[in-house]
Amino acid sequence: MTASLLLTGLVAVPWLGALLLGVAGSLPARAARSLAVLASASTLVFGVLLLARFDPSLAGLFVEERVPWIRSLGIDYHLGLDGMGLLFVLLTGILGPLALVTTLRRATRVRAAGAWFLLLQGSALGVFVALDFFPWFICWELSLVPAFFLIRGWGGAHAGTAAYRFVVFTLAGSAGLLLAFAALYAATGTMNFTDLARLRAAGELAGKLGALGAWTPVLVFLGVLVGLGVKAPLFPFHAWMPATYAEAPAGVSMFLTGVMSKMGVYGFFRLLWPIFPEELRAYAGPLLVMALGGVVLGALAALRSGNLRHMLAYSSLNHVSYCLLALFAVAGAGPADGVAVESALVGALLQAFNHGLSASALFFVAGVLEQRSGGDSDFARFGGVRNAAPRFALLAGVALFSSLGLPGLNGFVGEFLIFRGVFALQPLAAAVATVALLVTAIFLLSFWQRVFHGPRSGAVAGSFADLDAAEWRVLGPLVVLMILLGVAPQLLAGLINPLAMSWAASLTLP
Amino acid sequence: MSLLPWIPVATLVGALLALVAGARSAAAARVVALLTALFGAVAAGAAAARFAPSNELVTLVDLPWITQLGIRYHLAVDGISLSLVVLTALAATSGVLFSWTVAERVGEFFALYLTLVAGVYGVFLSADAFLFFVFYEIAIVPKYFLVAGWGSTRREYGAMKLVLYSFAGSALVLAGLVWTYGAGGAEGFSFGALTEAASRMSYGENVAAFGLVFFGFATLAGLFPLHTWAPTGHVAAPTAASMLLAGVVMKLGAYGCLRIALPFYPVGFAAWQLVIGWLAVAGIVYAGLVALVQRDFKFVIGYSSVSHMGFVMLGLATGEIEALAGATLQMFSHGVIAGLLFGVVGRMVYEREHTRDLVELEARPMHRRLPGAAAVFVLAGLASMGLPGFSGFPAELKILVGAWNFHPIWAVAAAVGVLVAGAFTLRVMQRAFFGQFGAAGAEPGEGGERLTLPEKLGAGLLLGATILIGLKPDLLLDWIVPALQSPAFHFAATNVVP
Repeated sequence: MTASLLLTGLVAVPWLGALLLGVAGSLPARAARSLAVLASASTLVFGVLLLARFDPSLAGLFVEERVPWIRSLGIDYHLGLDGMGLLFVLLTGILGPLALVTTLRRATRVRAAGAWFLLLQGSALGVFVALDFFPWFICWELSLVPAFFLIRGWGGAHAGTAAYRFVVFTLAGSAGLLLAFAALYAATGTMNFTDLARLRAAGELAGKLGALGAWTPVLVFLGVLVGLGVKAPLFPFHAWMPATYAEAPAGVSMFLTGVMSKMGVYGFFRLLWPIFPEELRAYAGPLLVMALGGVVLGALAALRSGNLRHMLAYSSLNHVSYCLLALFAVAGAGPADGVAVESALVGALLQAFNHGLSASALFFVAGVLEQRSGGDSDFARFGGVRNAAPRFALLAGVALFSSLGLPGLNGFVGEFLIFRGVFALQPLAAAVATVALLVTAIFLLSFWQRVFHGPRSGAVAGSFADLDAAEWRVLGPLVVLMILLGVAPQLLAGLINPLAMSWAASLTLP
Repeated sequence: MSLLPWIPVATLVGALLALVAGARSAAAARVVALLTALFGAVAAGAAAARFAPSNELVTLVDLPWITQLGIRYHLAVDGISLSLVVLTALAATSGVLFSWTVAERVGEFFALYLTLVAGVYGVFLSADAFLFFVFYEIAIVPKYFLVAGWGSTRREYGAMKLVLYSFAGSALVLAGLVWTYGAGGAEGFSFGALTEAASRMSYGENVAAFGLVFFGFATLAGLFPLHTWAPTGHVAAPTAASMLLAGVVMKLGAYGCLRIALPFYPVGFAAWQLVIGWLAVAGIVYAGLVALVQRDFKFVIGYSSVSHMGFVMLGLATGEIEALAGATLQMFSHGVIAGLLFGVVGRMVYEREHTRDLVELEARPMHRRLPGAAAVFVLAGLASMGLPGFSGFPAELKILVGAWNFHPIWAVAAAVGVLVAGAFTLRVMQRAFFGQFGAAGAEPGEGGERLTLPEKLGAGLLLGATILIGLKPDLLLDWIVPALQSPAFHFAATNVVP
């Protein structure tokens, strides 16, 4: 393990950028934009530096910072990174700057928007590296503030209601988390994730929680589940999502679906899976049904929506639910076929990353269409975009097929591994999910057909510009990554294989 | 030699000087008030810097007073009282700063204000129940004149209700204490003597006396359903008075419960524990829900105070050291945050916009008109929502921990309260300041009014305190926890509910 301040720097630089933008009242818009982009791109630099230190032979943390913080609550300033954390840090490093550029491009009040965005990005990074509840929860909650103001101040006509609902739903989840960790602290005297996981592995956690009351272990588990489930979102905690994704400015939607929803998924793997495996196993049945509900109903709702943003929101619910489906299938199966377990877990994390790329790209595409049509994103307003803007159509098509899971593009690998694992562990659930796969293909293709094919109509009938240079710079890198990671998925899988192997091994042990 | 024992007297002298100076010039009265408040702050700060945490009250001054009854002028300090003295110093200083624009009868205003502050200091430092009670009354009387003389909405009604509730509460306390003194045959009114006397009472007497004393104090702490004076009183009061009322005067009640009711009557406490806990939980949720539907900005804050004080009472109800520490920390935290919130509503918004109606405020581009107030309110609101990084979080966390140990359903209900607090704070933030945020064509011409220097200083003081304690709660907990390890607070272990 290497002690360094890389992790602190990773989180602090975007926050410093936000602070600078916040106080530099007279900064011209151009300079503010450059400063924001630099601070945001620092994440990628830190990500690469951390990648260079990654040790593939190690399943655990390869960087760690830990100093005592609040003695009277047993809280440490504890940051650490393993392959899984690194995966999400890299995702944030890639999507952060692209989403920021998109947000700032046509925004009024550039300085404020940039500052809020950097605060959001730093908070998300904090969630991915913090290993003690206190710093983790600071970042988890802090992320709501900039998200609220970005949606409220730069979003669509009904952004106020959407932002309020988004925050209140998430706060309900946060209250659950707070409740749960208060109980964990009451029972064990620590709120450190690694310490709690160790206690669980030693078999001491259940007894200690049980001493607080017969129902306490269940309540604690439910608290954490709801807290994470709202964020991901896990069906049926998703009610805040469609309106939020629809009303947020396009760049912010990119970040919300690409990174913020991954905070929830990450939490399932960082908190529930190591600390509450018994409960996950005991409730695997209902949880599988919930994940399947997200997969199937998400797909069906997407099929029915006539609005691009709503369709993409429900499609996100559908895609994120696959990650959770895989986790619940593994948790429910108990000691089982090691290869299936490993492929389901690796698939789930890859899916989280790949969905981040493709969903962000699609929200960007939606943003481009809305911008050209004057803010409208109903399908009915478009037709024949391929004729009007062939290069845009090409890149959008790649993103679309990546989302659909076409082999050769990044989306395929995760879904394939998930299905490979889930079929062996929970054949029925996998069979139901396959139907949803078909529905996904239908709604994505019919979207493609209605908007991009046919004669030019609606908003496309008049002048409809192809991608400009700035738009290329956002969509281009995303599409390149989709192809690259489709052809060479082992680039990412290498980060999480050691972890997944150790998880699979721990399952076969008593 | 410590300046601490001089604070109550010095503040009273300051009150007198403010009255005299006010007769000549308003500015002089302001300066006297500020200097007096600063004296308290400096004395408290100096004492804090040299404070050695211990598990007993350290006597500051002990003089015979009414010898026939064994009453002494006895001031003492431990970690709990020192935390609250520091809070009082913060709230008093920022209250003066937020009252800089008071224009009518300035001398009288600050004289009453400082008398109230002196009473509060005295209560927190008293180690003799009679003296405690005297200071308690000194704090109550000026409230009436402050609210009735300088208040706003329905001020006579608010002032009368406030004072009647306070007097009724203190009558209960007095009855309980005097009964204990007589029935238990106490030799004086020192805490130790009364505790012994209470232990000589029969079970039934002990339970009844605890009920009188506890609910007497709890009235002032805003325990549901005795809280109804609080929102109306806070709304009617002038800004500095509502800052003090919500910030420190409610703490007097909670402090009385913690310092007197619980340690004096552990047997009675055990009998009442469940009732208190359920009332606290009901108050947290009920007041939160009421705050959610208010139309007057200040009423939202008023009810939020009741909800947050519910956490203090919940912590007390569990009787566990962990939760008692949380309750004490919550007293400090809420004192600071409530001061800030009332400062924003009363001074920053109401004095400039002349309305507190959320519907009217929503229609104005407030984030442009008062950007400074909006920024302060966002931070104060986040603190009030109990977000980690602000002082409310460690306090509520500790109280939740205690609740889990004692009665899991209380913990669940309190978590609901946390959610409701988030919802009403967000709602009022959105409506009061960001109603026109992002709306097209919000007139940019309105340059926006900057905060004055006293406002900035006052807000900065309180914001700094809540963030400092949020990031480093050990600063206070290292004082509070040792104090709670005193045998006086060892009632928890004996009465665990099955």
